[in-house]
Order: sequence, then structure tokens, then C-alpha cells
Amino acid sequence: MIQREEARGKWDIITGNHAVAHAARLARVKVVPAYPITPQTTIVEYIADFIARGEMDAEYIRVESEHSAMASAIGAAAVGARTFTATASQGLLLMHEVLHWAVGARLPIGMAVVNRAVGPPWSIHVDHQDAISQRDTGWMIMFVSSNQEALDSVLMMYKVAEDDRVLLPFMVCLDGFVLSHTYQPVHIPDQGDVDAFLPEYKPKHWIMDPEDPITYGNLVMPDQDYMEMRWSIHESMIEAKSVIKEVSAEFRDRFGRFHGDLVWKYRADDADVVIVTTGTLASEAEEAVDVLREKGENVGLLKIRSYRPFPTEDVVGVADGRKLLVVIDRSISFGQGGPLATDIRSALFTYGVDTPVVGFVTGLGGRDITYEDIAKMVAIAREKASARELRPVEWYKLKKG
Amino acid sequence: MAKTVMDLAKGPKYVLPGTAACPGCGAQIALKWVLKALEGRTIFVIPACCTSVIQGPYPKSAFKFPVFNMAFAAAAATASGIARGLKTQGKTGVTVVAWAGDGGTYDIGIQALSGAAERNEDILYICYDNEAYMNTGIQRSGATPPGAWTKTTPRGKAEMKKNMALIVASHGVPYVATASIGYPADFLKKLEKALNMRGFRYIQVFAPCPTGWNFPVDKTIEVAKLGVETYVWPLFEVERGRLRITMRPKRKPLKEYTKLQKRFRHLTDEQIEELEKAFLARWEALEKLEAQGTIFV
Repeated sequence: MIQREEARGKWDIITGNHAVAHAARLARVKVVPAYPITPQTTIVEYIADFIARGEMDAEYIRVESEHSAMASAIGAAAVGARTFTATASQGLLLMHEVLHWAVGARLPIGMAVVNRAVGPPWSIHVDHQDAISQRDTGWMIMFVSSNQEALDSVLMMYKVAEDDRVLLPFMVCLDGFVLSHTYQPVHIPDQGDVDAFLPEYKPKHWIMDPEDPITYGNLVMPDQDYMEMRWSIHESMIEAKSVIKEVSAEFRDRFGRFHGDLVWKYRADDADVVIVTTGTLASEAEEAVDVLREKGENVGLLKIRSYRPFPTEDVVGVADGRKLLVVIDRSISFGQGGPLATDIRSALFTYGVDTPVVGFVTGLGGRDITYEDIAKMVAIAREKASARELRPVEWYKLKKG
Repeated sequence: MAKTVMDLAKGPKYVLPGTAACPGCGAQIALKWVLKALEGRTIFVIPACCTSVIQGPYPKSAFKFPVFNMAFAAAAATASGIARGLKTQGKTGVTVVAWAGDGGTYDIGIQALSGAAERNEDILYICYDNEAYMNTGIQRSGATPPGAWTKTTPRGKAEMKKNMALIVASHGVPYVATASIGYPADFLKKLEKALNMRGFRYIQVFAPCPTGWNFPVDKTIEVAKLGVETYVWPLFEVERGRLRITMRPKRKPLKEYTKLQKRFRHLTDEQIEELEKAFLARWEALEKLEAQGTIFV
């Protein structure tokens, strides 16, 4: 992160969930459907407090499930309200059906996903299986590595989502407990500055209005526009890449902070081995890069911030000419391997880049992965690459095997 | 002064000609009355149900009022979001309606419905009850009466129909009513009452389905009347916790109702007699509830 000193607002030491709640407040969100789930719960608790204290003017809907949370958000957005909700794990999975609905209806709903493993068996600890399982819904999916980045990303992504070149919902994903319940210094921007950056939401497409009645979402036959509607979602997702870059640059200019845009690079420019990962594994990887550099290894980091849209061009640009990519996934596509590694191999192959990729799956169910682990994975990857033993997936830190 | 059925029949049309409803569709008749009562000042949420099709395919619509089509389980939750979204923007004078079939109400939608009722969301939930999953081609639902043939109960349904209106009333909401398209004056009175209230209002309207129940398409209203007259579909309302039966017809034999519909044709006289007893028991239970005064609190 790049931080300029003179930004207005105030500093506080708060959890990731508290930072996200501040972001929803600062974004002047108008409707918040809320349903508790660990480790998200404190986000909607903080928001309830903001509203109860009169610090936030929003309708708070205490729904009976996450499916209803997202359905309510869709309803509120369909009449033009800026909406926000938060969930995790099973809750996100329960929403899956209506996540698709939000995208099809082109409603720029905002959501925080506090990443948590998926059951069974029950686990409340971090991995990315919940968000990665929503890959093909059409939601913009952004992973963050600090509480500050969580707050800033929610603000930035509303601006991206509501841009009429995009009109898609977004989820900002923060690692359960590692960020959600961990205190970090966070700069809370000034409300006036946020208002200037993120004006009131005025939908430019249809809304539900008796004065101008439309039927939204009725039956479409195969020779009509269904496929074109899907195409337009894809096109908007591709367009979102440049909008994310624009908005990240504007945010840097206004607030003096930059967390990267689609990606964040750390000491990557001259590296011959590049670690690619996301979430808090990326902040851990920065540490690993420093340690390895001190040992004389030319290692850098490419952090994937935006998982969807996928930063294909940035990945190819960074990968081209390197000796090795070490990709670390905190989720698994069973029977294939790490989802990030798979996307990266696809991007490289498409553009004819033959940099070897060693993909690790690790840290599932909250298994702790430190910078030392990441350094070890780099060493293993070097061996695999030099022995030409490239496989779809390497498991790291399994207790057996 | 209250509008009469005849006044409303003359007014503007919101359900336009050219819908994709089956001939004799009871749901469409119910919808026409609802829109007349609302005079277009509404936003509809329609989950998966016959009306998903009745409105007609994209890019046209036979409905001259805003409609948000939604996933099956989500009618009441989506309507809640719309109502709150309007409220937060200071938009008033619009009735948000969740318009769902019996599958989307009794079965897959009951959780969201219960949540919205418990929160007393400012919406009007209307269930048009055609007593099975008709849009998917006649499969039994929690609303299918015992004995009725459907494609998933080829020998007749073994279980009783859920007492859905009483389930909703048990939430202590401001207004719950049953209605029948066979009695439009009663239906409209209840709609008008509901429209003059705030909070969660629920109307469950009997909407016979010639396709699924297998009766001639010109008998829809007759079947809708007979349902009430044989005590299969009692007309009542629950207002401020008090249940009141709004129509007490002289009871006709159940056979007059069942003989019109081929979904009951496999039933023996004994089975019809048993069925009659079951519906009569429900009626008597309703009368007991009525006698108790304020009970749904």
C-alpha cells in the first residue's frame, strides 16, 4: 500500500469487519439486509449500531436467511437504492441462486464476504472456497490483504459497480479472523471526501416505477436475446477491468492511497521467480519476498486483487520472460487443482507464454501459512521446475504425504 | 364510497389482452381483480409460477404495471427489499405486492414469507392457490387437497392441505383473508380493506385451474363457487387477531364439487365421504376459532 500523509479523516485501530462497516456507512448505503454468520457477524452488528446511533441513515432488514438477504438487496436495488450486505461461507453458498439474479438484473449491489471454509466438517476459519465457488455468477470478486484495503475497496467498488459501463454487483473478500477480527491501524476517510468521490447512486437503467411500468425478467426464447444478455455481462466484466484501473487511480489522487488495481506488484519488476497469490497470503508473501531477497534470491510478488474480472493481461505481462511462477491457492477445484493456477495457466497458454507454473493448494480450513511456508513453497517449486516435474497441483502442508 | 364490482369492471385495464394464460385460467381472473383494486399504483414481485408465463414472453408484456420476476423462494424477501427501498427514498403511495402461486407460498417460499410476516413488512402478499405446481405440469404441493390426482400423486394425494392462511395469521400480522374468484364482491372488499392498512397483509385466493384439475374451461367460476359452497374453501378473514367467517353458504354435498373435476374421478363414494368429513372438520375448527374472539396475537 502507498499512503500519503495529509489525507483528511481520522485514524483508528479497528478490526477488518469494523473497517468494512465504516465503508458501508461512508458509502451512504440506503438498505442493509442483515443475517449473522461467523466470522461476518460483527459487520452487520456495527452497522446496526451506526443506524441506532443516528450515524447512518439506512433501512436495516433483519432477514431470516442469506437467500432472503440477497433477495431483499435485489428488491431494494431494483427501486434504485444503494444496498449492502455481508456474509461468509455457508451463507454465501445459500445465496448462490440469487447471486446470479443480481447479475442478470444488472444491479450494482455491494457485499463483503468474510472468507471462511465450507462444511462439512464445520470450520469457521479462513479459506477461499466460499468466494471461489461463486466464480461464474458474474459478480466482481475482489480479495484484499489489510483492513485499510477492505474499507477502501468497498468505496472504490461501489464506484466501479455503478458505472454505466459496468452495472454489476461486487464482493470484497477479506480473510476470516486474519482480517475480520484482527486490529490494525485504519485511516477512516472524511465523509465529505467520500461524497465527492462517490456521489449518490442514480440508476441510469430501468427501475421499478408505476409511472413507467416495465416487466423485468420475463421469459426469453432461444432465438431472442438471452445469449446477447449473457454476452453483455461478459463484455461489461471485461470493461470493468479498465474502470477498476481508473477508479483506483482516482482514489489514489483523492485519498493518497493505492493498493494496486486489478493486481498489486511487490518487488516484481526485476524478479525471475514470481509468487502469485491473494488475500492475506499476499501480505505474508511480501514478507517472504523480503526474506528471500536478503538471501540473494530474485523473488517478487504478483497479488491478484480482482479474481473476476480476471487480470489476464497483467498476469501475462508479469509472467512473460520469468523463470518461474509459484501460484498459491487457498481453495481447491476438486479433480483439477488450484483455481488461480488454472486461470493463470490458461492466460499464459492463450498468449503463448511458456513460463513454468507450479501451483500449490494450501491453507485450507484456516491452516496457518507463514512467510516461512511461502519461502519453502518457492524452494519446492524451484526443484519441481528444474526437474521438469510440473503437475496440475502440489499440496503443501498436508499432514501426510 | 366503496367501489362496486361493476364500477371496477368498467375501469382501465392493467392485464391486457393477449396473455399466455390457459383458457379459463382462474389465476388470471384473480389477477385482473387485484389490479383493478390497486388501480396500477403497485410494484409486483412474481416468483416462478404460472404468472411467469401468463405475462407473455420477452420483449413484450401483457401487464401494464411494473413487474420484477424473481427466483422461486424469494417473493416475500424481494418485496420486503422493494418496500424498504421505496421507504428510504421517501416514495409513498405504492403498494408492493408479492404475487405467488401455492408452490411459491405453501412450500418453497414459506421461509421468506414467514420472515417478512414476522417483521411486519409493509407489503401485500397474494397467494393464488390452484392447488398444485401447475406451471411445471401438475405436481402436488402442500396446497393440493387430499385425494386429488396430480402427476406425482397418480393414485391421489394422501395428505391434507396445509392450513396456510392460519399459519400466516399465527404471525400476528394486521390482516389475513381467504377469497375466491367465484365471489368477487367478497374478494374486492378484502382487497380494499388490505389496501387501506399498512404492514404485512396476506390474501389467499382460490383460483381453479381447468388444465390441472381437468374440468371444462367454461366452468372456472362455477368450480370457484362450489369450492366455497362445499366448505372446501371457507371464506374468512383475520383482522387484528380476530377470525371472522365472511360467508356461510348452505353446505352442498362435496360430490357436486368433485364430480366436475377429473382429478377426483378415481375416488370411490366412501373416499369422497371421508374427504367431506375432513373438510367439515376443518370448517368446524374454523367456527371454534371464530368463537374464541381475539386469538392470533
